Amino acid sequence: MKSRFCRRSAADSCMALRDVRLVAEPFDSAELVERAFSEVPDTGGVCTFTGKVRGSGGVEALELTHYEPLTLPGMHDLADAAFTRFDLLGLLMVHRIGQMVPGDDIVCVSAAAMHRRDAIDAADFCMDHLKSAAWFWKREKRSDGWHWIEPVPSDHASLARWK
Amino acid sequence: MAVRILFLGPLADIAGRQELAAPAPLDWAGLLALVSAEVADQIAEDRVNIACGGRVLSDKRTLAAQDGDEVALLPPVSGG
Repeated sequence: MKSRFCRRSAADSCMALRDVRLVAEPFDSAELVERAFSEVPDTGGVCTFTGKVRGSGGVEALELTHYEPLTLPGMHDLADAAFTRFDLLGLLMVHRIGQMVPGDDIVCVSAAAMHRRDAIDAADFCMDHLKSAAWFWKREKRSDGWHWIEPVPSDHASLARWK
Repeated sequence: MAVRILFLGPLADIAGRQELAAPAPLDWAGLLALVSAEVADQIAEDRVNIACGGRVLSDKRTLAAQDGDEVALLPPVSGG
């Protein structure tokens, strides 16, 4: 699901790219970013964050569950907020769901802008909100079975930075 | 038609099931009476949200699910 549209005045002749998705299969963040932003004109900088499944602590697998009616609409609301708050030329927000193994990419947020600060801050803003306010529930499989991951206070502190 | 109740994340483990059908209409008191005491204790906590018809309720005690509505019990998220 990819859409291109302009959020500025027509006189500005911009084409902002927006790609917000949930995916159930492994993905390659670098490839997604390359494909997404190769045609965006006037890009001064692209800031990409890729979250991966850590293998430390004996983690054998990670499972992310979501709630269809809320999760993707929530990610679109977040993208709307990022476009409103930062001067962006493009925003990619791709999130895995289902079971994955250490080394797999879980999430990729990539923001393209004319100037670096907008790109860096937008990626940071989106990640903080995805980590603490998006509708995902995570559990890890270790040698003794599955364990749900509880939210940690630092996630909420991260979110408070943007209030 | 009935109300479909979904248990998300760790609530599914506590409930021992992922979903449950209940007769409509269903309000907050009816929901608490329908689930186990352990689930009722959990969903009564402030940190658990409830969505009805795809919208998160600002006050879950105002739940008024009708025939065909889906009621999702949403424990705190563990982030992306």
